[in-house]
Order: sequence, then structure tokens, then C-alpha cells
Amino acid sequence: MDAVTINVIWTVAIFVIFVAIVIWAYSKRNRKGFEEAANLVFDDDKSAQDKVKQNKRESSSNE
Amino acid sequence: MNETSRAHPEYNYKVVRQFAVMTVIWGIVGMTVGVLLAAQLIWPELNFNTPWLTYSRLRPLHTNAVIFAFGGCALFATSYYIVQRTCQTKVFSDKLASFTFWGWQAVIVLAAITLPLGLTSSKEYAELEWPIDILITLVWVAYAINFFGTLVIRKTSHIYVANWFLGAFILTVAVLHIANSMAIPVSFTKSYSLYAGAVDAMMQWWYGHNAVGFFLTAGFLGMMYYFVPKQAGRPVYSYRLSVVHFWALISLYIWAGPHHLHYTALPDWTQSLGMVMSVILFVPSWGGMINGIMTLSGAWHKLRTDPVLRFLIVSLSFYGMSTFEGPMMAIKTVNALSHYTDWTVGHVHSGALGWVAMISIGSIYHLIPVLFAQPRMYSTRLINIHFWLTTIGVVLYIVAMWISGVMQGLMWRAVNTDGTLTYSFIESIEASKPFYFVRFIGGCFVVAGMILMAYNCYRTIRAPKDSLQAEPQPA
Repeated sequence: MDAVTINVIWTVAIFVIFVAIVIWAYSKRNRKGFEEAANLVFDDDKSAQDKVKQNKRESSSNE
Repeated sequence: MNETSRAHPEYNYKVVRQFAVMTVIWGIVGMTVGVLLAAQLIWPELNFNTPWLTYSRLRPLHTNAVIFAFGGCALFATSYYIVQRTCQTKVFSDKLASFTFWGWQAVIVLAAITLPLGLTSSKEYAELEWPIDILITLVWVAYAINFFGTLVIRKTSHIYVANWFLGAFILTVAVLHIANSMAIPVSFTKSYSLYAGAVDAMMQWWYGHNAVGFFLTAGFLGMMYYFVPKQAGRPVYSYRLSVVHFWALISLYIWAGPHHLHYTALPDWTQSLGMVMSVILFVPSWGGMINGIMTLSGAWHKLRTDPVLRFLIVSLSFYGMSTFEGPMMAIKTVNALSHYTDWTVGHVHSGALGWVAMISIGSIYHLIPVLFAQPRMYSTRLINIHFWLTTIGVVLYIVAMWISGVMQGLMWRAVNTDGTLTYSFIESIEASKPFYFVRFIGGCFVVAGMILMAYNCYRTIRAPKDSLQAEPQPA
């Protein structure tokens, strides 16, 4: 196989992979997952607050 | 201060605090050296006839200090913070985290000693000699193990997109550093590169441009994808766009290096390939910029009251501007005018000061109160003054370099009717002199802002408990 053939196969492969990534990213099936991921920035604030509340509840029930 | 903050007992904030503070300190050091160099170009006697204060030795010190000390510490601080918070778990290993901090500071101190002494491998942005290169490799491998280890032990099901960018940055920088630094040592302080001729040049700029692409872009995009949504209080504009532009960006950047070697001994087809890849790179770059700025859609009013958010958003504007300018300058015919002129220097600084420094400064302003358990920074007014000092400084810098650069390019290529050169080289230097002064002033603005930042951070960290009250949120 000569260099040109390898280049052609490589270019086509990369193009196909890119199209596949776009389809994967914009498919309806993945919508929910991406939304969850996008909110990860805020999630640990909430879970930390929940934990504080939980701890308070536990400590008050212990008393 | 305890190892961990009260709100999140599970996180290692110590390493983040260390790197965040050093970001500010190394920022001041690196940028001050830059201002001294700018002054030397106007008043050459400022090297005081001392070899280790000459432009040739301080220039690599400046670039290493701002990229790897200031930018590097900002990346370490934010990546350790982001990966822990978005994975909702403590960092993989506290010992490795501590090793990366002290190891990286040792690298910086060694660079600050060896470069003024004239010990250099002479490869741009990779000047450090082989023993320091080995130390960098050890620190970087520890960093990679710690970062990816934290991803492995994460408590969330998804890996947030910021971590993809940070992971790509860590992995690629390891490959680039090891491949480009291959050398044969002849003594403890001297080595010769394994590569020679055009291959050496291509290796160097494969490394050099991907230092831009992965160290100064992918890493800082990771920072952007966490701190812009966080500071704006809303999730990123389009998570799907972030996924697509991530893969497009990392698969294209790696090919752009040859645009540093237009019209050299590098084969023509390689130059053209580098040019085409650089031009296409415009698309994913703007994907990231649009995604960041549009995160604010519907909340633009926050820009009026929040100078930290202003830093983050204006940094994205500079990112958009320099990623439009870059692909344009990579076109061979444009490059024929711009290469070797001050235009390149201006382009680098619109990226480095406008994008990298401003996004880092914004992120550090967000981080300092969180890390030191304060409700806010000591003075919002000082942040605002810092914002304007930086913005005016950067604009003065890049406008001066645009004019000076285009003028140099035009003067160098001007020929008389008989084919002789119209201008001698020294005439172009004389013509640039006023613009070098404007650049110097711009640099002073930026450093002044950094000093205000250091003071503001100091007062925040040292503020007595409950002395700072959270500002009321405007409706």
C-alpha cells in the first residue's frame, strides 16, 4: 500500500469518526445524560448542603 | 487552617490553596521580568552590563515563568479543585499532590537559577537542561496518576467536560515534553538534542505549538468550563457543543505546528498541511468561545455587578480574537508579512495576557474565598480596578505590537525600482521605538493590577473570621 492510499483511508476514517461523534452528541437518547453532566458543576454544593442537613438531623435525634 | 474545608470535609484543599497562592506570586515575578525586558528594548543600558541580566538570558526566564510558573500553578490549582468537586471525591493521593506542589516549585526555582546563568538547551519554551527535564517528567507522571486516579475513584456517573480538557492537557503535555526533550547529555549541565536539522525544527514546533494548544488552551478551557458556569450560576450553554468541540480541537491542534516554519527548509507539503490544519482550527476554537460566552445568555446583567465574571467573559473575547488572528497569520501569504515581526509578539500576548492570564485571574478570585472559608474577597472594588488595569494594559500592548509589526513587515519587504532594499534594518528598529514605549506602559498596567490582586488576596486570607460579610445578591 502506498502513502497516498494510507492518507486517503486515514482522512476518510477521521471524517467518519467525526460524523459519528456529532450524531452521538446530538442524539435524543443522550440528552438526559448530558444534562445531568452539565449540572455536575452545582451538584456537590447541593449534596454538601444535604449532608449538613442530614448531620443536623442525626445529631438532633441523638440528643 | 485545617487540611480540609468545613463545608466539604472530603476534599483536599491544601494543595489547591498552595498552588493558588503561588499563581499570584509567580504571576508578579514573571510579568515583572517581562516589563524589565520591554524596558530593555527601549533603554538597552538596563542590562547594567551584567551577563545574567541580558535580554537573551532573561527572555527564556520570562516565558518559562509566565507559562509554566504562573500558568502552570493556575492549572494545578484549578485542576485539583475541579476534579475533586465534579467527581465529588477527595484527590486520589494526598502524598502525590504534595509531591507535585513541591516538585513543581523546585523546577521553577531551578529554572530561575539556571536560565540567567546561561544554561540552556536553546529549544524555545523547552530551554531547561536535562536534569530539570527529568524532574519535570517525574512531577508530571505523579500529576497524571493523581488526576486520572481521582477520575477512577469518582462518586459521580459522568465525567464532567472540564475534566476531559484537563485530562487531554495532562496526557498530551507528557507526550510532548518527553519526545521533544530527548537529548544526549555530555555533562551535568549540557546536552545535545537527539534530533537534527529540519527534523529538529519540526519536533520543536510540534512541541511548541502544542504547548500553546494543550498547555495554554485545552487546560484553560477546562478551567473555563468549570468557573464560567459556576460564577454565572447556570450550566454551560450547550454541553453537546462542548463534546463536539473537544474532539475537534484535540484532533486538529496536534497538526498545526508547521505554521511556525513557513518558508524554511521544512518540506513545502508539510508547511501547507500545517497551514490548512491551523485555518480549520478556527472552527472548534470559536465553538469553545461561543459556548462560554453564551452561558451568560439571559444573565448578562451579572456582568454589570460582578468583576470576576467580567474577567472570565472578557478573557473569552480575547480568546476568540486571538484564535481568529492565529489561523489568519498561519496562512502563508499573511505569514510572509507577519513572521519575525512584533505582530507575532502581539498575537502571543493577546492570547497569553488576554485569554490565559485573565481566565486564571478570574478563577483565582473565585477560588480564594472558597479555599480560605471567607464569604467573599476583601474588596470587590479592587477586583474591578484590577480588571480595568489589565484590560487597558493588554489593549495598549497588542495595539502597539500590531502597528509596529505590520510596519516592520512592510519596511523589510520594501524595495526600490532597482531591486535594492528601501530601508536598512536599523531604520525599522528606530521606527518601532515609540511603540515599544507604549508596550512598556501596557506591561506596567498589567503588573500593577497583579500587585493589587496580591494585596486583595492577602487581606482576604488574613481577614478575621466573620469580618467579611457576603454582599447582598442584586435582584
